[in-house]
Amino acid sequence: MPPRTNGDQPNKVYFFGTCLMDAVYPDAGIAAIRLLQSQGVEVVFPPQQSCCGQPAYNSGFVKQARAVARTQIQAFAKPYPIVVPSGSCAGMMKHHYPDLFAGRKEEAAARRFAGRVYELFEYLVTVLKATFEDRGDPTTVTWHSSCHALREMNVVQHAKTLIAQLKNVTLVELARETECCGFGGTFAVKQPAISAAMVKDKVADIRRTGATTLLAGDCGCLMNITGAMAHDGVAVEGRHLAEFLWERTNGH
Amino acid sequence: MGTKTSFDFAGNIEGALKDDQLRRNLRKAMDILVEKRHTVFPDSNELQQLRAAGNAIKRRALQQLPQLLEQLEANCTANGIQVHWAEDTAQANRIVLDIMRRHEAPAIVKGKSMVSEEMHLNHFLAEQGIEAVETDLGEFIIQLNHETPSHIIVPAIHKNKDEVATIFHEKLADTPYTEDVEELTAIARRALRKRFASAKVGLSGVNFAIAETGTLLLVENEGNGRMCTTAPDVHVAVMGLEKVVAKLSDVPPLLRLLTGSATGQIITTYVNMITSPRKNDEQDGPKEVHLVILDNGRSRILADPQLRETLLCIRCGTCLNHCPVYVRIGGHAYGHVYPGPIGKILTPQMEGLERAGVLATASSLCGACGEVCPVKIPIPDLIRRLRNESYDQEQTAVVDGGGYKQNLAETMVWRGWELANRVPAIHEMGTRLAGAMGKHLPKVGPLKQWTCVRNTPRLARSTLHERVRNEGVSHE
Repeated sequence: MPPRTNGDQPNKVYFFGTCLMDAVYPDAGIAAIRLLQSQGVEVVFPPQQSCCGQPAYNSGFVKQARAVARTQIQAFAKPYPIVVPSGSCAGMMKHHYPDLFAGRKEEAAARRFAGRVYELFEYLVTVLKATFEDRGDPTTVTWHSSCHALREMNVVQHAKTLIAQLKNVTLVELARETECCGFGGTFAVKQPAISAAMVKDKVADIRRTGATTLLAGDCGCLMNITGAMAHDGVAVEGRHLAEFLWERTNGH
Repeated sequence: MGTKTSFDFAGNIEGALKDDQLRRNLRKAMDILVEKRHTVFPDSNELQQLRAAGNAIKRRALQQLPQLLEQLEANCTANGIQVHWAEDTAQANRIVLDIMRRHEAPAIVKGKSMVSEEMHLNHFLAEQGIEAVETDLGEFIIQLNHETPSHIIVPAIHKNKDEVATIFHEKLADTPYTEDVEELTAIARRALRKRFASAKVGLSGVNFAIAETGTLLLVENEGNGRMCTTAPDVHVAVMGLEKVVAKLSDVPPLLRLLTGSATGQIITTYVNMITSPRKNDEQDGPKEVHLVILDNGRSRILADPQLRETLLCIRCGTCLNHCPVYVRIGGHAYGHVYPGPIGKILTPQMEGLERAGVLATASSLCGACGEVCPVKIPIPDLIRRLRNESYDQEQTAVVDGGGYKQNLAETMVWRGWELANRVPAIHEMGTRLAGAMGKHLPKVGPLKQWTCVRNTPRLARSTLHERVRNEGVSHE
């Protein structure tokens, strides 16, 4: 590992694994943790963590969302940065927790918590100034921006910075990169027909790039898009960028 | 439980999604509108400053709305404009009808007005034996075809040129079929000129009403608005009460935002500023100008500090153009006058949640609408607010029909979800159980909807919680 030059970085960070990564994409979670560790920081994973609360928050069940959000605030009590491998969950914790607790006794704690939240690639690029060396074979990929990474967290450029560091990887951008894939949490099941039309168009856009791999930074979008691709027999592999990055560089 | 949803939203959606022609027309048109807006606001810093200014102007206006409306009334009256107040659409219709009757007018020529759509004025007048003639080209097309607007700015945007050609050929007497755009426009112009020449009363909407000068400002591109407001002897303007702004100097930034966001224009071909009827020494212009100021639930919306943001809207329609849902289902599917993201927040507040709350489910909360809104309405936050009001768990709902969606089954699901995500032991048990079932999850409930077009998510054998424990990641 090269010697660290950014002396002011904290030596410990919290990792919030997200509920989807926990249940469906743990390999991506481990890869994200390894990437952080490769940059010389100790990663702490509080076992009491669960979900950011967004599914209930966006569905009209604010009380349950608040109870679950409170659990996270308690689980991440120490003043370490909280690194989140999802623009959507990070957006929930950074931008909506303060609203969720507005006027309540936890408001100040929620605000402090929100101030410590970083999206994974944002943290790797802007705080850890991470650079990686590609050791993989030449390949062509495309990238899907999650709406909340794009519009709430404004962090998509950091993921692209990391992709650009991989010399054997050619990125072909989607024609409609900024358009939602149709996941939207419970939207996908409350308005299944519209959601289906959206994901079908997203898959068609992906196919047109000719890429063999779809990269994303959010497991919700990934689950939606890869589910639709598998259903239609589309031979494009969907990966979380953390996993792809770790696999090709091993943190070097 | 039992809901009183006033329209078949699911059926409308299904129909729209199956209509390939409609989807092609919408996609093509929305792409053009999005691109034109992009071209007219090339500097994103400048746009952000302009949006902040627009937001501040409208916000300030809403804060002093009662005073501004009084001032508007006083100054309009001093200028010779007759001001009428309408609590609801029935009153507004009655006011228009009375004016028509007084002038024994058999027909009214109409410029584009969404408030008149909100009033269902054409239908109301038809019942009274009065003909309403739409003169905006888009409105003219859909009126011929007995349709309602599918977009608040470009009402016939769901039709392509060939469809318009067919409508003209079939609905206008002695009109040969032509797909030539110039010729189609000329056909409409010929039909409408006659109506302008003979109409005694013209109607228009209002884009901004300026309190300090008593001026009604109206933008348009076809000149039909100017015709409606100047050719007949009587001009009736209808506006929602949120359209008032304090000063003339408030107008330039709002105008730039409105035309740039709506049609990607720096300015529209016509900007009409109407401050009085014809004066004694003037040759033309209407002899009477009436202004009908409509409430129709707006005061109630104004009373809530968050919901009030709905009233910032300047009706540019750019949230529709950028919406991934609107582009796929079009305006008619929403079943109400105002479609798209703004319709999702405005309609349930006007009509009540029971009748129209379902509209708030048609959003992935992608945030595209909020990102482009020229006056920075936080549309996704307001959609979320209406979803909360629909269940009204904390008995704080203020929108009519609050809590209409309360039901034990859904509440139990979310309570279970809460428990699983609040109590680590239950969480662990739950994920283990799900993990053990692996890909054999039963395709019922939400998973049934999910798997129509997607494979079932494959749950990992061990969760991330288990993996970090086994692989020696720090716990604290």
